[in-house]
Amino acid sequence: MTRQHKLLGALALASFSGLAFAAGALDGPAEKQPLNITAIAMFIAFVIFTMGITKWAAKKTTSASDFYTAGGGITGFQNGLAIAGDYMSAASFLGISAAVFLNGYDGLIYSIGFLVGWPVIMFLMAERLRNLGKFTFADVASYRLGQTPIRTLAASGTLVVVAFYLIAQMVGAGQLIKLLFGLDYWIAVVLVGGLMMMYVLFGGMLATTWVQIIKAVLLLCGATFMSIMVLWAFDFSPEALFAKATEVHTKGETIMSPGNFITDPISAISFGMALMFGTAGLPHVLMRFFTVPNAKEARKSVFWATTWIGYFYVLTFIIGFGAIVLVGTNASFTEGGALVSEGGKLIGGNNMAAIHLASAVGGNVFLGFISAVAFATILAVVAGLTLSGASAVAHDLYASVICKGNPPAGAELRVSRVTTVILGIVAVILGIAFEKQNIAFMVSLAFAIAASANFPVLFMSVLWKGTTTRGAFIGGFIGLITAVVLTILSKSIWVDIFHNAEAIFPYKSPALFSVTAGFLGIWLFSLLDSSAQAAREKLAYDAQEVRSETGIGAAAASEH
Amino acid sequence: MNEEAVRRMKENPRYQELVSKRSRFGWILTAVMMLVYYGYIMIIAFDKELLAIKLGDGVMTLGIPVGIGIIIFTVILTGIYVRRANGEFDEMTEELVKEVK
Repeated sequence: MTRQHKLLGALALASFSGLAFAAGALDGPAEKQPLNITAIAMFIAFVIFTMGITKWAAKKTTSASDFYTAGGGITGFQNGLAIAGDYMSAASFLGISAAVFLNGYDGLIYSIGFLVGWPVIMFLMAERLRNLGKFTFADVASYRLGQTPIRTLAASGTLVVVAFYLIAQMVGAGQLIKLLFGLDYWIAVVLVGGLMMMYVLFGGMLATTWVQIIKAVLLLCGATFMSIMVLWAFDFSPEALFAKATEVHTKGETIMSPGNFITDPISAISFGMALMFGTAGLPHVLMRFFTVPNAKEARKSVFWATTWIGYFYVLTFIIGFGAIVLVGTNASFTEGGALVSEGGKLIGGNNMAAIHLASAVGGNVFLGFISAVAFATILAVVAGLTLSGASAVAHDLYASVICKGNPPAGAELRVSRVTTVILGIVAVILGIAFEKQNIAFMVSLAFAIAASANFPVLFMSVLWKGTTTRGAFIGGFIGLITAVVLTILSKSIWVDIFHNAEAIFPYKSPALFSVTAGFLGIWLFSLLDSSAQAAREKLAYDAQEVRSETGIGAAAASEH
Repeated sequence: MNEEAVRRMKENPRYQELVSKRSRFGWILTAVMMLVYYGYIMIIAFDKELLAIKLGDGVMTLGIPVGIGIIIFTVILTGIYVRRANGEFDEMTEELVKEVK
């Protein structure tokens, strides 16, 4: 494999995993490293502190509303940090800085793609979601439609997305921790599963949100410190940093402009759509909109999330260039002591560029800090995913579909806790089972399904009066099936897993086709639906619209 | 809200004004964001050299400020929406809610 192909591969892997930790940072086998005592000490400190928070949160978590949405009592600023925390995963931190380290400018193109979905969610979805929903995005999608079919579809979409993500997370976590801490793979996976269960089980959304906030602050501080140290080494002159980087990098001045990341426009648009709409269809991200008290705070959350994520991406760009100069020219970070510019290989692979830079600018203590933050990142994201899976089972399937909206008192909360334990155990088992598998496709599949099934159903039911249950149900499944089939026919499964010579579906992402299919399906089958139920559902749109626009009737959702 | 209240709200000119103003604003900003992002992607797909143009005598290229600029632009655009939605639009909403009560 040429270097170019490797980068493209890494980008393709990382491209779908930025929201949560996934395969992006783990291309290639992870060598077990010697035990890193500083990192472990810092991580233990983090765990003790967050367990304290969980204990505090447990006292306040008594109802289903507390469990799913922290009682709607999170402020916009806090929620913005938590959303940013979901986004600033170990994969985007290590993956993007590695992409910049390898190819310079192309890493920036990739991070911009991740950012631009946020304003669109804000302009079209955020306040309507908050005004209509209570616990899950299925609440919104099924607001005036048939509860059983739409919630079943939404809950399936949620569980599939969560399951694929969780597996990718667990495998990623195990390998990264092996690398950073020198622990055995299975110990790392069990540790992540166990800790995550404690947070979710006892502290619910309140603890999960605070763990995410703390981790986001630690990561932002760490990345800021690294960037300042890098710029400081060049008297705060970006020009001097770039000049030195182009001088020592094997690719020379080409690292200052777009390379081969984007070549054909269809892949580019499709990829952009997957990022944009996938984000708006991820259940664990959507769930965060219900943790704030009203639409005003929901908007503030998105603003703060966009601000921190944007800031973080600027930092990773500086960190990547810093690594080119400070890591790439230091033989102690490479295997066998050959410089990167002379063809040497970084210890632990290119995705370790940021970790090595931490050691270069802050010594062993700071290296320990950054490693501990990377571990904390995985924990926080896994906890959020599990919570959202548990809510789909307990709230959508159990309380709304099985109990027809009238579960016995306390039963819904009990079911969510049981589901959390089951999901935790399943995640650990699958994490161990998939250790040596190529898991990249799972994340791309999760993203494609979020963009092609969850998002169109949500969007159309909220914004188009003509949407009917039949239309949303059939269209949602068309989107889902198109996404799954095209992903199977694409390179990541057809060639990499089934070992066929050539991919039948030639583009990087199915989103352009599967999102369109989902939307068209909903539109067409709603239009063809002339049942009495469809007529009632269209009539019910006005009441839904008034609530989604004004929030009248929504306030009760956050009071308990 | 009962049917009658919904119907009255839908007929309220102030409600219509709020909804049309806010959704128009939202869609315009969405279009601006799409235009900027896909414009950038299309430049990269069709004319990479444009972003490789040197600024000054050093190694700095046009692509760097453009890329960082899009990140800052995105943040500012969301800020603009929140400012207007949380100010002007929310005031209109509050008045409507008061009328109902």
